[in-house]
Amino acid sequence: MDTLVDILLLAFIAICAIAILRLRDLFAAVMMFGLFSLIAAGLFTTMHAPDVAFTEAAVGAGISTILILATLSQTARREKSQVGRNVILPLVVVWVTGAALIYGTVDLPVFGDPAAAAHQHVAPYYINESPHQIGIPNMVAAVLASYRAYDTLGEVVVVFAALIGVIALLGLRRRPEGVESGPLTLDHHQVLKVVARLVVPVILLFALYVQFHGEYSPGGGFQAGVLFAAGIILYALVFGLKSARQVIPPRLLGRLPAAGVLIFGGTGLLTMALGGNYLDYNVLAEHPPTAQQIGIIMVEIGVGVTVASVMLLIYFIFAERGMRRRPGNDAGGEAGR
Amino acid sequence: MSFFAHYNYHIAIILAMIGFYTMISRTNLVKKIIGLNVFQVSVFILFISIGVLEGGTVPILREGYELYSNPLPHVLILTAIVVGVAMTALALALAIRIHEAYGTVEEDEIHAQDDEPGAQ
Repeated sequence: MDTLVDILLLAFIAICAIAILRLRDLFAAVMMFGLFSLIAAGLFTTMHAPDVAFTEAAVGAGISTILILATLSQTARREKSQVGRNVILPLVVVWVTGAALIYGTVDLPVFGDPAAAAHQHVAPYYINESPHQIGIPNMVAAVLASYRAYDTLGEVVVVFAALIGVIALLGLRRRPEGVESGPLTLDHHQVLKVVARLVVPVILLFALYVQFHGEYSPGGGFQAGVLFAAGIILYALVFGLKSARQVIPPRLLGRLPAAGVLIFGGTGLLTMALGGNYLDYNVLAEHPPTAQQIGIIMVEIGVGVTVASVMLLIYFIFAERGMRRRPGNDAGGEAGR
Repeated sequence: MSFFAHYNYHIAIILAMIGFYTMISRTNLVKKIIGLNVFQVSVFILFISIGVLEGGTVPILREGYELYSNPLPHVLILTAIVVGVAMTALALALAIRIHEAYGTVEEDEIHAQDDEPGAQ
């Protein structure tokens, strides 16, 4: 049964990808991309990866799609048809590369094979030892925040750096005065308003559950951060940017990404001050599993704060930029509606 | 089942190639970024497929279950997804700035403007 679902979902996702390639209307292509990501999330669930599925559903079908839409509203909606472009060369390159890669899969172990190399080295150690060493059921959270905490710190810093890049390109300070509604506002749709009012609190509550219960069930800082941001973005889409901006004061929101990175990095410095190595949680308490759990909770909060605030800031920057550039918006905020 | 033994890997490669083709054959920058995202998801699928263990379950410790899928690819990929969207945002921001500077996001038109005598 699992195999059948797997085969069908993979077939769907391939069809979606071809549709994305062929659609000239970029708006339709983006919608198709949202569907593509949602199917991918379903696929990750069937492949025993609920943590990944949460993240993909919130990011791919939510945040990425909205960001691309916001870009489309500021660039061009349709792709121009390409006359006189060489179509043969890209096709040849793709077929040759694809054929080489398919040939490479011949030697790969069969799907789900327990004897595969991937299951022989470090994975059994994590699976057998993390319940004793860390004492939390969710092995993904244990590996993410404890065994591979350096990795995770690096990734959080990359997310932070990407925000800096977006701010450098699009600007944070140049915010227009008297902004009424975003380019993507849907606040004349009563049905959407009612549904959003019901759904947004549940999404935010679920995000907090994913953050603080992440050691026991699928979840953690990354998943919670993107879910929280997706909830607020949905609110912004339906009720307007101005109301969403009031949820978290801009002055505070601008500092949260750095605060999250500092919580993470500071945890490492704290363990060093207590005489351990960087991010060696065992010095935080006498009993190693307790110490590990304290460390993991602190680090996950840092991750959650950074990811949520970076995603929100990026969305706000994109949406506000679009609003400023809309014709008729300079004279009065209402004209653009 | 021998045909489906490598089915996940094959589909991942097909998706990667569709994304790759979108990137090299289209001139619209936003479309290229969508293609990049398709490519990215194909890598996610490949990694998660490698982590699956036949008869295993979600890697969350529970009594009565002995076999768990490999948690390591899950960790790598869920962070990669978040890093990926941050990078996508950066790429889209660049596309917006390019549109402001050139009035278009079509690659060949941008090149044509650059090649015009007297530009810059």
